[in-house]
Amino acid sequence: MTAHYLTDFSYIIAIALFILSLRWLSSPATARRGVLAGEIGAALAVATTFFNPELVQFKWIIVALAAGAMIGIPLGLVHMTAVPQRTAMSHALGALAAALIGISEYYMRIPHISKFEMTEIALEVIIGSLSFTGSLIAAGKLQEILPQRPIVYRGQNYVSLSVLGAAVALALALIVNPMHAYLFPAMVVISLIFGILLVTPIGGADMPTVISLLNSYVGFTAALLGFVLNTKVLVVAGALDGASGFILSVIMCRAMNRSFTNVMFGAFGQLQVSAAGAQEERTVHSATAEEAAAILAAANRVMVVPGYGMAVAQAQHKVRELYDLLSKRGVDVKFAIHPVAGRMPGHMNVLLAEADVPYDRLLDLDEANPEFPQVDVALVIGANDVTNPAARTDQSSPIYGMPVLDVEKARTVMVIKRSMSPGFAGIDNPLYYLDNTLMLFGDAKNVVANIVRELSPDGGHVSTL
Amino acid sequence: MPAGFIENLYVFVLAGFVGFEVIRRVSPLLHTPLMALTNALDAIVVIAAIIIAGRQGTALSAILGSIAVAAAFSNMVGGFLITDRMLRMFKASGRKGQ
Repeated sequence: MTAHYLTDFSYIIAIALFILSLRWLSSPATARRGVLAGEIGAALAVATTFFNPELVQFKWIIVALAAGAMIGIPLGLVHMTAVPQRTAMSHALGALAAALIGISEYYMRIPHISKFEMTEIALEVIIGSLSFTGSLIAAGKLQEILPQRPIVYRGQNYVSLSVLGAAVALALALIVNPMHAYLFPAMVVISLIFGILLVTPIGGADMPTVISLLNSYVGFTAALLGFVLNTKVLVVAGALDGASGFILSVIMCRAMNRSFTNVMFGAFGQLQVSAAGAQEERTVHSATAEEAAAILAAANRVMVVPGYGMAVAQAQHKVRELYDLLSKRGVDVKFAIHPVAGRMPGHMNVLLAEADVPYDRLLDLDEANPEFPQVDVALVIGANDVTNPAARTDQSSPIYGMPVLDVEKARTVMVIKRSMSPGFAGIDNPLYYLDNTLMLFGDAKNVVANIVRELSPDGGHVSTL
Repeated sequence: MPAGFIENLYVFVLAGFVGFEVIRRVSPLLHTPLMALTNALDAIVVIAAIIIAGRQGTALSAILGSIAVAAAFSNMVGGFLITDRMLRMFKASGRKGQ
């Protein structure tokens, strides 16, 4: 009995530390303390669990913990550009653990299982299984093992929903009579298939929303597991993780002007309908790195707008060099970061922080937009749809209504882009044809490197001016 | 309906509200570390996995439990590690380098 209370007390302390951990994440100044609080809470909870009187053998637990550490450490040391796929893998591992525990509980409890318990277990196992395969597909797309473009076919939603329906029907059959144990593996397999169908149609540009959504699924799976096992620390940790994923999903949806139901039912493919309407020849103004360097050197205020293209080209370190050179010349350089720039929420901030750009130079959408009219140069690096003015002006545009960065309000816009081909969403960007827009064609890293060379005091032409 | 259900529901609803209020205050700057950290906290399911793996039961539950322990614990270790690595990189102006 005493051991029981000790376990409960340590779990309560762990819960308090988890909440503090997230609270301290509100500011970069206290955030690392938050990680420490989380670590202490988790260590305390795990250590106390070893004193659980139900435990009869430890050998496999130790082996499994060692294996977990051996997988976890490399996953914690991945390169910053690989963080989105690592996050998807981590969702997959979390969902796998929760689903396996639910499956194991079912086989432990039959034949003495109530309809109520069966409902909880079925729900937990279905969501856990679909989140597992869904996250694996997301990780595959982000790692570019699987095609990043959306894979769509006619009647897709009907097929996917029928598969989900089949899983639910099997769950109902099991609830009516939990003794039909042969239905259980079928329910698991169908849920796994549904996870694949759910994420396969989704394109790379929608990954921030999908990752957030899978995050909330995994969290709610853990909370459900807490209900199944009557373990409150799981209910709390799952609710926190689920709430976090849910909030991020809502933020991502708003940033893309999508309804939550649209995302919930995985109808991501719709946006990708090619808007290749008016294709008349329009002129673009292109510039060389030399000209770009001269304009940047003469500017007072520069706003850099990074996007996924910067991450792909690994250009963040060159961008930091540019930031340093311009700052040294007295130019005020800031960064405008759209919520869905990159492949996961906050992706650009991490890459720029890695390159040593101070975080107080990074502005979010609401902070950046009022500043654009006072900006001399908006330098767009590998971002496309999030700068598209058609989202504000053209009602026929597929992204009409999406909040975008008002880069064209800057005196000069410079866009670094590989070619004139439209972005992921296949939507033409009128920004490129404006009179105050200069296109710098090429790989983001090379173009920024060339500008940096021109601006460097030791060489280049601008310094001699 | 099991006795614990209503109690757990209270806890779930309250924790959901606390989570909502706390996470709403997290700066968009730190949304990637937030996701990494909540994944690490969510990996607390490892405690349930440990019990499944180690209690008196069938070979199946020992195997499933052990895999779950490895999966969840890798998330815990990797999640805290990468969150701290990311947060170490966030520096304010005027405090450059290590």
